[in-house]
Amino acid sequence: MSEQFSVYVPKLINKQEDFVHGHRACQGCGLALAVRLILKAAGKNTIVVSPTGCLEIISTPYPQSAWNLPWVHVAFENAAAVAGGIEGAFKALRAKNKKDNKKINIIAIGGDGGTSDIGLQALSGAFERGHDFLYVCLDNEAYMNTGIQRSSSTPFGASTTTSPSGAVSMGQITWKKNMAAIAAAHNIPYVATACPSYPFDLMEKVQTALKTQGPKYIHCLVQCPTGWGCATDLIIRLGSLAVETGIFPLYEVINGKYKLNMDFPKLRPVTDYLKFQSRFRHLKPADIAIIQKRVEQEWQALKQKVECFKKTGVK
Amino acid sequence: MAKREGIEISLAVAEAVKLADVDMVAAYPITPQTHIVEKLAEMVADGELKAAYINAESEHSAISLCLGSSIAGARTYTATSSQGLALMHEILYIASALRLPVVMTVVNRALSGPLNIWGDHSDVMGERDTGWIQFFAQNGQEAFDMTLQAFRVAEDHRVMLPVIVNIDGFTLSHVIEPIYILEQNEVNKFMKEFKPLNALDPRTPMTFGAFATPEYYIEAKKQLEQALFSSRKVITEVWNEFGKLYGRKYTPIEGYKANDANILLLTLGGIGETAQTAVDEMRDDGIKVGLLKLKLYRPFPIQELRRMCKKAKTLVIAERAMSIGGEGGPIGFEVRSAFYNEPTHLKIHDIILGLGGRDVRVEDFKMMINHALKNKPKEYELIGVRE
Ligand SMILES: Cc1ncc(C[n+]2csc(CCOP(=O)(O)OP(=O)(O)O)c2C)c(N)n1
Ligand code: SF4
Ligand SMILES: [Mg+2]
Repeated sequence: MSEQFSVYVPKLINKQEDFVHGHRACQGCGLALAVRLILKAAGKNTIVVSPTGCLEIISTPYPQSAWNLPWVHVAFENAAAVAGGIEGAFKALRAKNKKDNKKINIIAIGGDGGTSDIGLQALSGAFERGHDFLYVCLDNEAYMNTGIQRSSSTPFGASTTTSPSGAVSMGQITWKKNMAAIAAAHNIPYVATACPSYPFDLMEKVQTALKTQGPKYIHCLVQCPTGWGCATDLIIRLGSLAVETGIFPLYEVINGKYKLNMDFPKLRPVTDYLKFQSRFRHLKPADIAIIQKRVEQEWQALKQKVECFKKTGVK
Repeated sequence: MAKREGIEISLAVAEAVKLADVDMVAAYPITPQTHIVEKLAEMVADGELKAAYINAESEHSAISLCLGSSIAGARTYTATSSQGLALMHEILYIASALRLPVVMTVVNRALSGPLNIWGDHSDVMGERDTGWIQFFAQNGQEAFDMTLQAFRVAEDHRVMLPVIVNIDGFTLSHVIEPIYILEQNEVNKFMKEFKPLNALDPRTPMTFGAFATPEYYIEAKKQLEQALFSSRKVITEVWNEFGKLYGRKYTPIEGYKANDANILLLTLGGIGETAQTAVDEMRDDGIKVGLLKLKLYRPFPIQELRRMCKKAKTLVIAERAMSIGGEGGPIGFEVRSAFYNEPTHLKIHDIILGLGGRDVRVEDFKMMINHALKNKPKEYELIGVRE
C-alpha cells in the first residue's frame, strides 16, 4: 500500500464530482466507482477519451451526459489513438503559440475488450510513440456492454455467454492476458495495477501517473455484479479478496522497476474469491486446483521480479 | 508571383498542405500515397512546415489520430489509398458525424484481391455514403488547387465537414506536370485561420460522441445530410473566390464541347484529359461529341448534371469501379437515377474500364462513342477484358 500522506487524510480528497449521478450503471458497479475516484484524483484540468463499452453507454445517452469534463468517444478500438491525436495537436498548437501552456491531463479510460483485444494495436502504437497521456483499463473481465461475452482478459474457468460452461466445457479455457506486463514491455515510465476496493491506492496511482511525463498505464480490476454473478453489496470485499488471494496483485512498475504494493506472508485460498461468483460456480475441485497452482506460480514470479530489482538496485 | 514548374503531383499536393500551414499530419504509408507523406515528413524534419507529424501504426489509428487532433482544434491532414482507406472506413462516418474538418487526399488505387497497387476508383466508391465532401482532380494543377480549397470548405463554419480530394494513383500521383505553385503570400490571401466551433477545453466541458437512441438517430443523420447539401453554396463561393484570385475556374461539372453535343461522355479523375483528346479527334470527324468531367462527387451535383445533359441524346459514363452483382457501376446507378423521373429520352451507357491500372486510351473512348452511336445498349459493359 502506498505510504503517502493522503492515505491518512481522506478529508483532503477533492469534493468535486466530475462523473455525476444519474448515469445508468448497474447497482454495485465497480467501474462507475473507479471512474469517480480517478476523476477526483485527476482534478479539473482533465480531458477523458473513452472507447465504446459500458462506460460510454452508461454515461452518454444523448442528450444527457454524466461528464463534467470534456469527454470524447469515437469508436471501440481507437481510444489510445484519439487521445494521442489530442495530445499531438495540443503540442503542435503550443509550439505555434496558438494555445497556452497550461497543463491538461489526457486520460483514456477503456474496458478490457477495448484495451487488451480490439484496441491493443492502437494502444501499443500510442505507447511506442510516447504520447504524454494516461491510459486506464477498467477490467471487468468480459465484454459486459454487449452481454458478458469473453475477452482475453476473462479469467480461466469463468463462464461467459461465449465461453459457457457446459457438459463438456469448463468455461474460459485460456489464462487471463497479462495486460500490465504487456504495457510494461513497452518500457513506458509508469505502469500500475489497482482496484477501487483500495480507493486511496488507486487515487495515488492516478496522481503519480499524471505527474509522470510520457505514456502511463493503470490496469484497474473493476467488479461487475451483473457479469460476475455476485451480490451487489459484496463488491468491495470481492476486490480485496482478488488481491488477498494473489489473483490480482497490486503493484507498480516505475521506470521498469517492479514494486509490490501489498505483500502477504500467506495468500488466501482462491476459493475465498471464486465462491461468491456464479461465473465460477461450475468449477470442479480439480479445476480450482489448477487455478490455485497457477496463481501461486505467478505470485512467486512477480515477487522474484520485485526482489531482482531490489538486488540489482536498478533504478 | 506563382511560378509554373515541373513537379511530381504528389509533391505538389504536399506543397499545398504546407502552404495551408497544417498543424497536424498523421498517416500510415501505402503505395501510391507514399510520396505525399514522405515529402511532408521531410518538410517537418527540415523545419519548413511547423506541424506535428505522427507516424500511426495503421490507417485506422491514423484517421483516429486525425479525429482527436481535429477535436483538439488543430488543422489536420492525412492521405491514404486503397486498403488503407478501407481500414479507415468505420471512422470516416464518425468524422463527418462529429463534424470534423479533416482533409484527406485519397490517391485512388484498386482494392485487393488480387492485390494490385495501380489506379482505379474502387477504393473511394466504398466511401460514397460516409458523409465526406469529395472532389476529383483531373490533373496536377487541380490536385494542388483542390487541396487548398478543401481546407477552406471544410473549416467554414457553415460546413464543418471532412473533405476527400481524389487523385488517381500513379497516372496522376507519380506524374511530373507543369503546375503553378502559389507563393505563401498569395495563399495567405485565400486561406483563413481555423477556428473550431467547439473547443476541447476543461473550462468549457463538452461531450463529444454521445450515443443516440431511435428517438434521436434520424435527426442526427438528417442534420448531417443537410450540412452536406448546404456545403454546395460554400463550395461555389470558395471556387469563385479562388477563380478571382488566381484565374482558375472550378465548377462541379466541367463541360468540354458539351453545349451542342448529341452524345456526351462523363468521366471522373485523370481519364478526363484522355477523353478530351478523343472528343477533339472525333469532332474532326464530324461527330458531335462532348465531355462532362465530374469534379464534385459529394454532394452530388444532380441539377447541373440534368441541365448539362438537356440537349444530348446519349450519355456514356466511363467509370473505374465495379459494383459486383449489380447491373452497373456506382456512378452508373447514380446517374441513371438522376434521370429516371425526368421527361427525357437520354440513353445511358455505363462503361466500366481501367480497373487495376489497365491503360485507358484515346481509342477506348472512340470505341465507346462508336458503340453508343450504333445504339448497342446494354445495362452496362466492362470493356477491355481479354476473353
Ligand atoms: C468494431 C466493433 N466491434 C464490436 C463492437 C461491439 N462492442 C461494443 S462494446 C463491446 C464490448 C466492450 O467490452 P469492454 O471493452 O470490456 O468494455 P465493458 O463494456 O466490459 O466495460 C463490443 C464487443 C463495436 N462497437 N465495434
Ligand atoms: S454490466 Fe457491469 S460494468 Fe457494466 S454497468 Fe453493469 S455492473 Fe457496471
Ligand atoms: Mg469489459
